[in-house]
Amino acid sequence: MKLTLWTYEGPPHVGAMRVATAMKGLHYVLHAPQGDTYADLLFTMIERRNHRPPVTYTTFQARDLGADTANLFKTACQAAYDRFKPEAMIVGASCTAELIQDDPGGMAEMMGLPVPVIALELPSYQRKENFGADETFFQITRALAKPVEKTAQVSCNLIGPTALGFRHRDDITELTGMLADMGISVNVCAPYGATPSDITRLGAAHFNVLMYPETGESACRWMERELGLPFTKTVPIGVGATRDFIREVSTLANVPQAMDEERLRLPWYSASVDSTYLTGKRVFIFGDGTHAAAAARIARDEMGFEVVGLGCYNREMARPIRALAKEYGLTALITDDYLEVEAAIEAAAPEMILGTQMERMIGKRLGIPCAVISAPVHVQDFPARYSPQMGIEGANVIFDTWVHPLVMGLEEHLLHMFRDDFEFHDAAGASHHGGQHTAKAPAETPAPTDTPAKTSDVVVWLADAERELKKIPFFVRGKARRNTEIFASQKGLNEIGIDTLYEAKAHYAR
Amino acid sequence: MSFDTPPSTGCRDAPVLRERGQHEVFCGLTGIIWLHRKMQDAFFLVVGSRTCAHLLQSAAGVMIFAEPRFGTAILEETDLAGLADAQVELEREVGRLIARRPDIRQLFLVGSCPSEVIKLDLARAAERLSLQHAPHVRVLNYSGSGIETTFTQGEDACLASMVPSLPATDARQLMLVGALPDVVEDQARDLLAQMGITSVAILPARRADDPLSVGPNTVFALLQPFLGDTLAALERRGARHIPAPFPFGAEGTTGWLRAVADEFGVDDATFERVTAAPRARATRAVAQAAESLRGKSIFFFPDSQLEIPLARFLTRECGMRAVEVGAPFLHKHILGPDLDLLEAGPQLTEGQDVERQLDRCRAAQPDLTVCGLGLANPLEAEGLATKWAIELVFTPVHFYEQAGDLAGLFSRPMRRRAALKLGAAS
Repeated sequence: MKLTLWTYEGPPHVGAMRVATAMKGLHYVLHAPQGDTYADLLFTMIERRNHRPPVTYTTFQARDLGADTANLFKTACQAAYDRFKPEAMIVGASCTAELIQDDPGGMAEMMGLPVPVIALELPSYQRKENFGADETFFQITRALAKPVEKTAQVSCNLIGPTALGFRHRDDITELTGMLADMGISVNVCAPYGATPSDITRLGAAHFNVLMYPETGESACRWMERELGLPFTKTVPIGVGATRDFIREVSTLANVPQAMDEERLRLPWYSASVDSTYLTGKRVFIFGDGTHAAAAARIARDEMGFEVVGLGCYNREMARPIRALAKEYGLTALITDDYLEVEAAIEAAAPEMILGTQMERMIGKRLGIPCAVISAPVHVQDFPARYSPQMGIEGANVIFDTWVHPLVMGLEEHLLHMFRDDFEFHDAAGASHHGGQHTAKAPAETPAPTDTPAKTSDVVVWLADAERELKKIPFFVRGKARRNTEIFASQKGLNEIGIDTLYEAKAHYAR
Repeated sequence: MSFDTPPSTGCRDAPVLRERGQHEVFCGLTGIIWLHRKMQDAFFLVVGSRTCAHLLQSAAGVMIFAEPRFGTAILEETDLAGLADAQVELEREVGRLIARRPDIRQLFLVGSCPSEVIKLDLARAAERLSLQHAPHVRVLNYSGSGIETTFTQGEDACLASMVPSLPATDARQLMLVGALPDVVEDQARDLLAQMGITSVAILPARRADDPLSVGPNTVFALLQPFLGDTLAALERRGARHIPAPFPFGAEGTTGWLRAVADEFGVDDATFERVTAAPRARATRAVAQAAESLRGKSIFFFPDSQLEIPLARFLTRECGMRAVEVGAPFLHKHILGPDLDLLEAGPQLTEGQDVERQLDRCRAAQPDLTVCGLGLANPLEAEGLATKWAIELVFTPVHFYEQAGDLAGLFSRPMRRRAALKLGAAS
């Protein structure tokens, strides 16, 4: 048993729903008790879908437990087929039905429905949402995709986008356009928007673009083996990754590289002088493995940040994230416990967090700016406007999204210049908000004794140094405190006075 | 007595369509989301799966980020293998929880579908944990599983679990049963006090230390229609139920107060003096908010068991016409007074087969459909105006001062549809 207040991922059958809802002409019959229909509202509310997810629940109750649940499943399965006439069905059990062992797959097979029925085995007590999506799409592909004749023109499949995916809708549009610039058409995009008959045509493509390893890798590996479709290994999030992706595609498809640089603004924006203040900003990155890895590269190489923490919640991506973190001189944080993430963020004292909805809340609590880079997300991150993460426009979107929470360059300069101003200090509210403003006390009252003001693990801050630290603007204070402590412990000091503070400042001057 | 006499053709004996099939409803675990706000020193520990945790997180929305007093002990593969282990595991998790949150005085172990199916004995666990952590923390248990409870029934199960351990009393007192927002609870107390009824207890109490007892001289009135098990548990303790319509709208509130006043022998003059002004206020506010509702038809999908009294309010005070009133359960002995007032005509349904009910709804093309969030947007996209039902449980809607707001909840979607003009200007 594990006490949980917040989960990064839902149970695996929610992953299966993400695949079913992304597709058309497919129906999911889920053996589940009353109440499990709550998951419908993730799609109708968070993603604002205008239709119900194509899922039928058996809704068994306590009084049905025993032989009756099996009949209930068969009735529900037949009724779902009769009503929706899908091209194919998937059947499976939710966590409770897994315990009563009715075997939906076997029962559905016995019914002799006139369409393919694909059984899902999703271990609810071991695995989670992303696994559920990956496995479901893999099983659908395995059951339906067959070797077929290749398209005459060079084409590819887009693999991995699902319902409830972070910016999947616009990433598809962006990639489709970029591939078209290279003369490559999209054969099938799946599961997003695909029908079961589209899945049978997957083999007509020349290669696969694996957009999201979390939800499409198993199917891509299977297609590579069984249908001879190679797949791309680079996820084109960020300028460098997009360039790498284009090179990879050009090799796979044997077409010349082409990229519409006209629309690409991140490189110049990042090079312009207003961005100088971004140099060395300390960022903490957490999310799903794919987005966290992409964000780390953008942060360091394209924004000039310093990455001070890197991790992911999906253990399927633990190995690549560990390797990547090492490259950045960090130890990866692989956890699905948000309290551990919070502790790691506090310890790293970053100036910015790039994370999920939960890191946004942690950022709020700790007073650290945050931008969202990965699912799980709330309704505001399924925006009406075009906002991909991938490709050229994705890079532009990312630049804007990450920079906005930070204090802008000129603003930071002014804050620094006037930090000791009598009516412009940390404790003053915004004066234009009427009545909020509090003027600074005329003289700072000295600490009552000279006892150390703050105790850290190894070094103590003397009161005068602590007071001096307070004069540093709040948004760089965390960094200053940390750097000074590291400097002091490197020098073998166990007390920090004003001199130590300024020696450390000189040491770290950039 | 100033409210209208019931029409001769009430709904008490109307035939009820009982359906089985897919239910598009929440399970009882959802009750935790409002119960933990009401009971300020209680923690609700669900023993269940990742699905349960994900449900609470999805239903609680942003509340989840405010250090809520609920959580899920997620069962893992190892817990399923050997059941003896589960008790030890639970004790360890509870120990850690209580150490981390010393302000917790009542701990509810809440059963879920998985814990019920594997027959995890939470009652025994609660007893053992109660002994271990006495006297500081009291541990109780109830089931909020989907196989046993629907949405608001979770509150019923929770309150019913508290009744057996309440101290006994012989005092003559009124008990109000049902968790209401504090502001509404205070209004109810105030109205009763003005009529001289001051010995009032409320189940659930805000804190574990608040005095609350029950006995043969206790009479109780329900504030919510979904409290069947709690009613039975109180009757087993010798208390007596006061049947009344539920306090929605001016008429419902007056009827509810009248029933309580009659029990305590309040004379008509006092009753009139106390209720006249707020009743007039409520009537005015409802009339204003209900302008866009008059003559419109309404269709209720089952959700909270509030459907019957709400249909009564909307048809009698707002001039709407009910097409179908679906409820997850229909306790006739609790809803009798409301059913008497509800004019015959609407199809009453108990239980659900969501696909067939959607067929009926599409055929009826009601002006307003009350349904859950899984159905609301899809129905809007089909051109039907909807009011999502969960809000009716979270928002203060009971008694006189909220009557206008209650009507407003239903008129807002209609006003919005009228306000939006997205075509080209002609």
